[in-house]
Order: sequence, then structure tokens, then C-alpha cells
Amino acid sequence: MTALTLAAQPAKETTLRPVPWRNMLWVTWRQHRATLISVPALFAAIGVFLLIMGLHIHHDYAVLKACHPFTSAACQALNSNFNMTDWTIGNTVNILLNLAPALVGAFAGGPMLARELETGTYRYSWTQGFGRARWAVAKLTIVAVTITVAAGAFSQLFSWFFQPFLAQESLTVLNATVFATHGIAFAAWTLLAFSAGALAGMFFRRTVPAMAVTLGVYTGLAIATWTVLRKHYLPAVVTSGPIPYTNGPTNPNMPWVLRTWTSGHTQWVSYIPVSRFWPMQFVESGWLLALSILLIAATVWLVRRRAA
Amino acid sequence: MNVIETTGLGKRYGRTWALRECTLAIPQGSLAALVGPNGAGKTTLMQMAVGLAVPSAGAVTVLGGQPAGSAAALDGIAFVGQDAPMHKNLSAGDMLHLTKNLNRSFDLHYAQARLAQLGIPLKRKSGKLSGGQQAQLALTLALARRPRLLILDEPLAMLDPLARHDFMATVMAAMADDGVSVLLSSHALAELERVADYLVLLSGGMVQLDGEVEELLACHRVLTGPAAEADAYAKRLNVILARRAEAQAHLLVRSGGIPEPAAPGWQAHTVSLEELVMSYLRSPGADVRSLVPQEVAS
Repeated sequence: MTALTLAAQPAKETTLRPVPWRNMLWVTWRQHRATLISVPALFAAIGVFLLIMGLHIHHDYAVLKACHPFTSAACQALNSNFNMTDWTIGNTVNILLNLAPALVGAFAGGPMLARELETGTYRYSWTQGFGRARWAVAKLTIVAVTITVAAGAFSQLFSWFFQPFLAQESLTVLNATVFATHGIAFAAWTLLAFSAGALAGMFFRRTVPAMAVTLGVYTGLAIATWTVLRKHYLPAVVTSGPIPYTNGPTNPNMPWVLRTWTSGHTQWVSYIPVSRFWPMQFVESGWLLALSILLIAATVWLVRRRAA
Repeated sequence: MNVIETTGLGKRYGRTWALRECTLAIPQGSLAALVGPNGAGKTTLMQMAVGLAVPSAGAVTVLGGQPAGSAAALDGIAFVGQDAPMHKNLSAGDMLHLTKNLNRSFDLHYAQARLAQLGIPLKRKSGKLSGGQQAQLALTLALARRPRLLILDEPLAMLDPLARHDFMATVMAAMADDGVSVLLSSHALAELERVADYLVLLSGGMVQLDGEVEELLACHRVLTGPAAEADAYAKRLNVILARRAEAQAHLLVRSGGIPEPAAPGWQAHTVSLEELVMSYLRSPGADVRSLVPQEVAS
């Protein structure tokens, strides 16, 4: 065979210029194409479903609101139909969506590094000129941003879809399961689950345990947030007298009533008004973002330190 | 300049030392063969040299004093791990582009031309290639980076004799054309005989023998003579391995400097590299590094 020869080696630069970060765009795309396509595609597919269902639900709700007089038999039939059929769909979708970040975290985050370690390709990836810590930072950031943006866009659509139920079902948007699927919290929870998955994958070096741990950590943290943390983000309002905004059959401004009690002849109530929705969203998303950055930093630290 | 230099290097996994007290200096421009039984610490040594593993003791530098795993070290060293690790679901062509993007320099034309010459289709998934093709692809990816040091862990294990020959021919061509230094671990002693000019023999996590192949061969001889006199004669010599047939004894001896003429009734033979390595492997207790005279060791 004719020998192929390498061109003469140029003199090495005295100071090494690192391989440009932008090279990781192609690398990450090529290597994590499945994740980068399937997660946004899944959100888009559910989004189309929500859009079609949402148009129906908004139509039903508009008809119901326009029905007059409300006490008539026809209006009551519409009302019960909305509460039965439409709300069943809305409630189910909302509850399922609470699991979505965990699934994204487990299936997208878990294998990110665990698969490299499982298949031994880390011996290839970590000995290239790019450097393993930068490699980990770049690919985790690219995938995390993609997933978070997709989840964020999706939850805006979902908020629109869910709007009629907040009023009709006398739910508060601060409600345990509703708060996390609205605003920016849904994206933040998705980011957190992804980061937890990546760290678990690097820690356990196996995809399956990493996925299981991700589901467990997300569930535990989500329940702790619903039951303990969220009510303490901002001080509750304490007043005497009737609970505000609760009169009327439908009300989109239902507060989150934490506690009612009587002392002497006075009735007291502590509650969180709906006006605190966005401040609380920022608090929750803030600590989730900070925790996610911490988890990703820990993952990169493990990539740097972990002996083969 | 030494491409790999270790001082008192050790690696412990749990309570077991995979490598201990390893002090080596592998000179630039050589093809160094790393041999030893399974579990001797060959892979551990290589992984520390490429920065995949962190030493538990001692230090390792590469390419004339760069810390292992540093940016400069990663840039100048191409490593092919055991079983040629690659992303199995990526095509050969994708692996080229992946490696191109992950390195400062990558000779895409060379890589493509070489794969074409080897008949490796660019569109075939790397996991679907034969063992020999995977090894060749991994070597191509490594060489196209134009490394100054190429580290190959058991590259010949998956290859048939013809593929071994082609693989080594590629390595030798790169050494001749590009001046790349090579560290290669292998059990294929016959293959190494023709190509290696530096030898490191590990046994039980320790360096048992190391040096320029020519010098090692020059200071070892096999003495053949009457078995009855062997014990008495052996006392005066540094015997690595003694084998006895019916009436004859074969002593592999190591001498410092110019070997003495054989005693009357004894014949001296030169040894082959394979014979030398086999003898040391058969007598793992023979630690003769301390007896090596300075001019031979350096």
C-alpha cells in the first residue's frame, strides 16, 4: 500500500489558544441530537393538543359566561358539562405536567455523562484537546438551555389553556399543583431535574440508577416545596373578618388560604393574595436556578476530579 | 527531551496498589513497548500519562515537563484506549468531524484519504465496523491530530495478523514522517520485536525492566553448559532465569558493561527481545534495576 504522509508539523505556538467554545455546538448537536430534538418535539406535540383542546375549552367557557340567566336549566347544564368534561381534561393534564420535569430530567439528564462512562467513550472524549471540564460545561449548558427554553415556551401555552379553570373551579393559581406548571417555575423545575440527572449520572456512572435517583430527588423536592417551602417565600397577610375574594361562584383571584382561626369572637385568617404570584414565581425560580447551577458545577467538578 | 517522565508514580484503587514506585523516562522519538502480564499496571500507567487517572503517589509529566492532563498535554498527545473507544452510533465520517471540532488541529484530508485507502466507508456507523476497522479508525483519528506522542493501549488485541501488520505499518510511517513518539502496550511480543526501540516491563505493579532495547539485548546473554556446574557458575553471575534440561542448563544472565567471556565448557548466545521478556515474565521476582550500572540505565 502506498504510504500516506502527514504534512510537516508546524512549530507549536508558545501559548496554546484553546479550541473555540463554538466547536461544541456541532459536537453537542451531533451527540445529543435525540435529546435536543425529542424534548422540544414532545413539548410541541403536547402543545398542539393543548392548542386544539384549549380552543374548545375557551369556547365552552365563553358560551357559559354568556349564558343568561345563570340559574336557568340550560345554563346549569352548560355549567355542569364544563365542570365534568372540560375540567377532567384540564385537571388531568395539569397533574401529568407536574411529572414532566422529572421525566425530562431522568431521560435527558441521566444519560448525559453516565452513557459516556458506561460505554467507555469518556476515554476518547476526555483525552481530546478541548479539555474535559470545558467539554462538560459546554454540552451541559447547550442541552440545559434548549430544554429550559422549550419547557418555558410550553408552560406559557399551558397557562393560556388553563386560564378558564382558575376562575370556574375556584382554584388559586398559588395552588400546589398549579403554581409549578405556570409562569417561569415550570422551566426552572425542568432545569433542576435535568441538572440533578446529569449529576446523578456522573456520580453513579450508570444510566438506570441515575434516572431512578432523578425521579426520587425531583419528587421529594417538589413535595417539600408544595407542603413546606412555598408558603414561606413572602410573609402571609393576616386579617380579621371574612376571607377576601371568596364571594361569588367563580373568581380568578382566589388567594391561597393558609390558616383560619378564631380568638375570642374574632375570626382570623392568614392568606397569600394572588397578586404575589409573580414575586413568588421569581423566588421559586431563583432558588431552583441557583441550585441547578450548583448541581451542574458539582457535575463539572466530578468530571475534572473523577479518576478513570 | 522525555515524552513521559515519572517519579515514584503510584496508583491505589481501594487498598490495592495498581502501580507502585514507578520511575521512568521514555525518550522522545522512540517507540516504547509497555509489556507485562494482565493486571501489571499497564493501563493504569497510560491513564495517568493521559490525565484520565490521578496519581495516588509521585508525579508524571509528559512532552518535556508538561503536567499530565494539562491543556498542552492534551493538545500534544493522542490516546487510543483499549478496544478503541468510540461513539458506536456515530458514523466514521461523524467521528472525523467530532475529533476535528474537539482539537486545535486536525488533518481532515489525511484522515479521509486514509479511510478511503483502508476501505472504511464514511457513512458506516463506527459500531458496525469490524474490530480491525475500528482499530484503524481510532488510529486515524489519533494520527490526524498530528500528536507529538501517540499512546496506544492494547491496539493489536482485536486484530488478525494481517491487520496487525497494516496497523503497525501505519504507526511506523507516522513515526518516520512526522517524528511522533509512541508508547504502545501489547501482548504481541513477536510484533514488538521488529519495531520497539524502548522497553518497559511491568510486573505486579512495579517496573521490572526498562531501557533502550539495543542496550538491554547487549547486556543479556544465555549461557548454555553442563547442568552439574550450573549452580556453582550461577553464584558468580546475575542470573535472571535458569532452565535445566537433562544434562544442560540455560542461564539467562545480565551483565553490566562488557560481558566476561563464558567459562570453559559454556557457550554464550545472544537473546531475542521475546526471549528476554518471556524470561523476565517467568521470574517476576528478578528485580535487577538496582544492579544496573549507571551507564546502562541512563
